[in-house]
Parts: sequence; C-alpha cells; structure tokens
Amino acid sequence: MPRLTVDDLKKIKEQHREKLALKEGGSRVKVTVHMGTCGIAAGAKKVMDALLDEIGKAGAKDIIVATSGCAGLCSKEPMATVEVLNAAPVKYVYLNEEKMRKIFAEHVQKGQVVGECALVAGSETAY
Amino acid sequence: MDTFRTSVMVCGGTGCVAGGTLKIKKALDEELRRKGLEKEINVLLTGCLGFCAQGPVIAVHPDEIFYQRLTAEDIPVIVEDHFVKGRPVERLVCKEPAREQTVPLMKDIPFYNLQVLRALRNKGMIDAENIDEYIARDGYQAAAKALTEMTSAQIVDEMKRSGLRGRGGAGFPTGLKWEFCAKVKDDQKYILCNGDEGDPGAFMDRSIMEADPHVVLEGMLIGAKAIGASKGYIYVRAEYPLAVHRLQLAIDQAKEYGLLGENILGTGFNLDIEIYQGAGAFVCGEETALMRSLEGKRGMPRPRPPFPAVKGLWDKPTVLNNVETYANIPPIILNGADWYRSLGTEKSSGTKVFALSGAISNIGLIEVPMGIPLRKIIYEIGGGVPNKRKFKAVQLGGPSGGCIPEHLLDTPVTYEDIMQTGAIVGSGGMVVMNDLNCMVSVAKFFLEFTAEESCGKCPPCRIGTTVMLDILTNITEGRGKAGDIELLQDMAQDIISTSLCGLGQTAPNPVLTTIRYFRDEYESHINEGWCRTGVCKDLCTFYIDEEKCKACGACKRVCPQDAVSGEKKVPHRIDQARCIQCRSCYEVCKFDSVKIGPRSMRELLKGLPGQDALRDRQIRTLAGKEE
Repeated sequence: MPRLTVDDLKKIKEQHREKLALKEGGSRVKVTVHMGTCGIAAGAKKVMDALLDEIGKAGAKDIIVATSGCAGLCSKEPMATVEVLNAAPVKYVYLNEEKMRKIFAEHVQKGQVVGECALVAGSETAY
Repeated sequence: MDTFRTSVMVCGGTGCVAGGTLKIKKALDEELRRKGLEKEINVLLTGCLGFCAQGPVIAVHPDEIFYQRLTAEDIPVIVEDHFVKGRPVERLVCKEPAREQTVPLMKDIPFYNLQVLRALRNKGMIDAENIDEYIARDGYQAAAKALTEMTSAQIVDEMKRSGLRGRGGAGFPTGLKWEFCAKVKDDQKYILCNGDEGDPGAFMDRSIMEADPHVVLEGMLIGAKAIGASKGYIYVRAEYPLAVHRLQLAIDQAKEYGLLGENILGTGFNLDIEIYQGAGAFVCGEETALMRSLEGKRGMPRPRPPFPAVKGLWDKPTVLNNVETYANIPPIILNGADWYRSLGTEKSSGTKVFALSGAISNIGLIEVPMGIPLRKIIYEIGGGVPNKRKFKAVQLGGPSGGCIPEHLLDTPVTYEDIMQTGAIVGSGGMVVMNDLNCMVSVAKFFLEFTAEESCGKCPPCRIGTTVMLDILTNITEGRGKAGDIELLQDMAQDIISTSLCGLGQTAPNPVLTTIRYFRDEYESHINEGWCRTGVCKDLCTFYIDEEKCKACGACKRVCPQDAVSGEKKVPHRIDQARCIQCRSCYEVCKFDSVKIGPRSMRELLKGLPGQDALRDRQIRTLAGKEE
C-alpha cells in the first residue's frame, strides 16, 4: 500500500463508509461479535464459531461477520449486534452457541428479532 | 421557560452522527434563526431513535413526522415548507419499517440514554484490527487537519480552550502541559502514552486500547505536532496482551499507510511510535517512574521540578498523557473547543469514562457528561445494587481514592466536588459496595495493595503504609485498641505530607475516608469485638434467631461444615464448634433469621439453651433482645 495523502484518506473514508453501512443490492445483514477481553473470557469465541458454522451450512453469501471490542456491558457478555438492512441494530446479551444458532435462524435469516435474548435496539448516543 | 409550538428531535445515535447529524443540527439552528423561528421551534439532540438504517433522521413533534436520510441541503426546504407553511416534505418523510415492538429502544433505557460517547465513540462499532474501518468513522481526519492546517500554537490553544484535563487521575489541564513542552527548545522531544492502568476495578484504558487502538495513535500524533516530538512510546502493562497485540497491529498498519513514520501525509512531519511493555508495577503509572522504567532502569519517581516537559525521558522534553486523554483529542480538533465544552461543567468540561464494577447490576464501561450526580450513575445507568442488598458506599479512584457513602450520592462528578468528599475522580474505576462489605476490611485491602506496591524510596510511604496495615490487621483480627483510630489518622497525615509521589501522597485516602464516613464500624471492631457484616471472622458469631426461623433448610443445605442442625418445622441451630464464619447461611437466608453477633457470643452459644439462666440472659442481651 502506498503512503497516503490527505485526499487518499478521504477516499478510504468514503469507500469504507459504504462498506460499513448496509445498503440495497449489497450485503443484507451484519453481525458483530464483541470480542474484548471480557467477551472472549465469557465465551465469544464459541459464539463466533457457531455463527460461522451456521453461515457455512446455510451457504449464505450476503452476511457480513465482524468482530469488535467491548460493547460496554461486560457483565452481560458474550454480546453480539445484529443489523438487518432497513432495521435498527439489535444487541443480544448472555449468548452461547445454542442462542447464536437460534438468532441466525430467526433474526439473520428471517428478520425476526429473538426477543428473549435481545437487550435493546438502536445505536448509542454520540455527540 | 419558553413554550415551543414544535420540537425537532435530531437523532444523536452513533450511526446518525457518523452520517452527519451534527451538521444537520447546525444547519437547522441557523435556518431557524434566519427565519426568526428559534423561539417557536425547539431543536434537541436526542438518543438513538432506532431508525439507524435510514439515518440521519429527525423527528418532528407533535406532528409525529420522521424525516430520513437527510443532508444539510434538505434543511432549508423542510424549514420553509414544513415549519413555515405547515406542509411536510413528502419525499423526505420516513416510511417506517416494520420493527419488533418487544425490544426496547436505546433512548428508553437509562443505561444508554444517559450516556454520551466521545472517547468511546467507536466502542463496539469497528473492527479494532482494521485501520480502514477506523478511517471510515472520521479516523485520522483530525490528525490530517492538525498536520496540514494548524500550527503548533493553534493546537495548543484549542486544547487549552477545550478545558480537557488529564484523565489518568490528577486532572492536570492537557493544553497547559503541551504548552510548557512546546515552549522548550530542544533537538529531541518525546510524546508518551500512559497505558499502565493499575487500579483495582479500572479497565477504561484497556477497553479503549482493545476496541479502538488507532484513536490512541491519532491523539499522540496530534500531541507530537503540538510539542514538536518525533518519537513516541506507549507504555502498556504486559498483563494486557490483547491491548498490546491490537496496538502493535495498529502501529504496523498506520506505518504502512504512511500515517506514522517519515513525511506523514506528505507534510514532512515525522513520528515513530513504539510499544514498551511494563512489568506491572503500580508505581510505574507515576510519570517520572514510568520514564525511568522506559529508560530501562528501576521504576522509581524522582522529585519535580524539573518537570518532564523540560527534562523527561532521557532528560529530554517529554509529554505523557493517559490513554483516555488521547481518545478525547481527535474529536476536539475536528469539532472545536466550544463543542467539547458544550458538555460538562465550567472547570470539568466534557465527558468521563468510568468502569463500573462490584455490587452493581450493569457491570461495564460507561461514558457520561461531567457533572452528572453519582446517584444517577449508580441507580440509573448502573441499574442499582442487585440481589435486594443495600447500597453502602462507592469507591472512586482506586487505592488513591476514597469511599463515598449513601448520603453524598448527589455529589456531581467533577474534579472539585469529588475532591470535597475526600475521594478523587481518579482514572475512573467505580467499585460499588453493598451492606455485605466491611469498611475496615475494604480500607485494609487497598492499603495492602499500596504497601506492596510502594517502591520503597521514601520511608514514610514504605514504612508508614506497612505500620498502618499492621494496625488495620490488628483491628480486623480482634487486637484493636483504644487510640488506634487516632494513630491511623495521624500517620496518614504524615505520609501524605512527606511522600514524594502520588502513590504515597494518596495511599492513606481509603483509610481516611472510611474513618470519616464509617467511624462507627471501626469503633465496633475495636470496642465491641464485633464486625457487624461478618467479614472479619474473628469478630463475629453467626446464630439463628429462632423466633424468625421458618425452618426452610436453605442454610442447612449451603453450610459447608454441616454445622446447621434442625428438622422441618423445627427452628435451626448453628453448632458454634463447627462454624467457620463463611457467612453462606447469612447470605442465603430469605427471612433475615441468621444474625451476626459479636465475638463474645460464640462461647456462650456452645451450650444448649435452658441449662444456665445467666448465660441465656447474656445471649439475649448481646442479641439486642434485652437491655
């Protein structure tokens, strides 16, 4: 990768902002597994493996899987955020492999939020 | 208060802010002012409205109209057509997508709606190991601005005006620190990052380094430009392997992009950053000790002046800031000092990250505007004390801080107000304690920590903390004597006034604040041989109040010693010869029938009731049932 100029920085920003945001014609769902120290200690790795396993079995190609850091509620880890195109992101708490598989089948595939594991919908306030 | 005919809620969720909400709010404010409508229409920034995919969105009340995917250019049309002529702009109106009503929205949950993310703005949003995702959320834009458009003096001025104070604990104004160093002329200067977070119960810096490592690099880059440094070090404790790993990846990626190294962004500015892993000594969080440790020497503080801004690392001018401080810098450069000052108080501006832990429902990492009362943090954001226990105190500032009791919970969280209580804001660890905590033991725990971590340079700290610890140990083990409390207070003052560095100067704080607010607990330990919380095993007797006992058997099942006897419908008894004071029965009892008495009850309770009238009366007296 060549050394960047200020303009390159703006280009990367635009390109990746598009990539980060779901849009018509692109990926349909983004699943973020929160993997800070707290998440990993609580079993986020297994949750991630279960998710990848389900995606592989379903042969789904329109799902972005991402990792990220601590989501702020360490005592409710493992946590994951599921964002379906045209809907608010939903944060899931106290996950395990079984719950992740269920969330995949219902929320990721059919767009139905799994109420019993969901904590909240929306994104956090930033000023 | 003015009454408005219409309120416009501008979504301040991270998704919408990334999409340009702040520009929209600015455009809206300006347009309304131009039309003279600012007294009629109220514009508010609100928590996430839940339509992130359609963002940026605004909601208009009482019309109940949502506008979606806005840009600043749409604002004049909305103001003209909707607010002046009363006709909503159809093409921008949101067609609300079907949403599950069962899941609450963030704006309705205190944990989320009382928080404001600045330092943590990328928390859980980006892949920490991918620089492009950081750049996509305005990453390195502030550094680009600082390097290409701003002079060193302008950066320093912006920082000074923002009022940002060091988030590591001491609260020294960052802009001032930078100014001192910028003024010194030297061929080599250093910019350092303090990631040696060591307070028990604090994990703010670790989380930032793990979740958003590039923000630390960007903050350092801006600081380096401000003071004229060309070399930087991040001092991280080796106990944070994931943070070290992600920081290293971030440095490698930034170097590859030319955002670190030589001729950054083609501006001719050079900065190289390396990680230095500390071995975990608490004192190495002190700035001069940290620098000695970086030089490869034993980490020990030295007297100041000369201050590090003049003579720091290898005797060269050096600036050291904390991880969280750096995380605040890029948004200040991008949005300006006035934006930063818009939250917080006059002397404590902006937001502060806290790590909530202990006896609290929502354990985690939060960011709140300075000036928020402690009560709001603990009861609304933190969700209060779980398991129906009672709040007792909150420990702020780790081993350098103090315990704040219930009656001071309305104290606003600012550097000055917290200092008044005897605690400090510190780096941001907040440990909540419930009624199962013995405050003498809490003080002892923190003193144990500082006595062990004292580097040994100053006798008042090295010997003083050890002697104080001995006294506390005596008190908790039943050897306390009259005058101990006064002796502790005396010694504490001596240690505070004669220690060289912050470690010694603050080490007695946990003891002093617990004496100040929980003196009765110290007295009952010393005078009555009674630890009423049942923590100090030598100073308590567990017994069952037979009038209250429902004979449910819960205590019997949980006892590891089989010390509880009793059948169904027969009040249970604890065999004092077997009891090891583990407190399990007390914690499990739902009927408040397991009681904690003073040490002197233990022998008395070894006999059976009814055999000795005098003994029975003594027991009843100690149990508070007879005067």
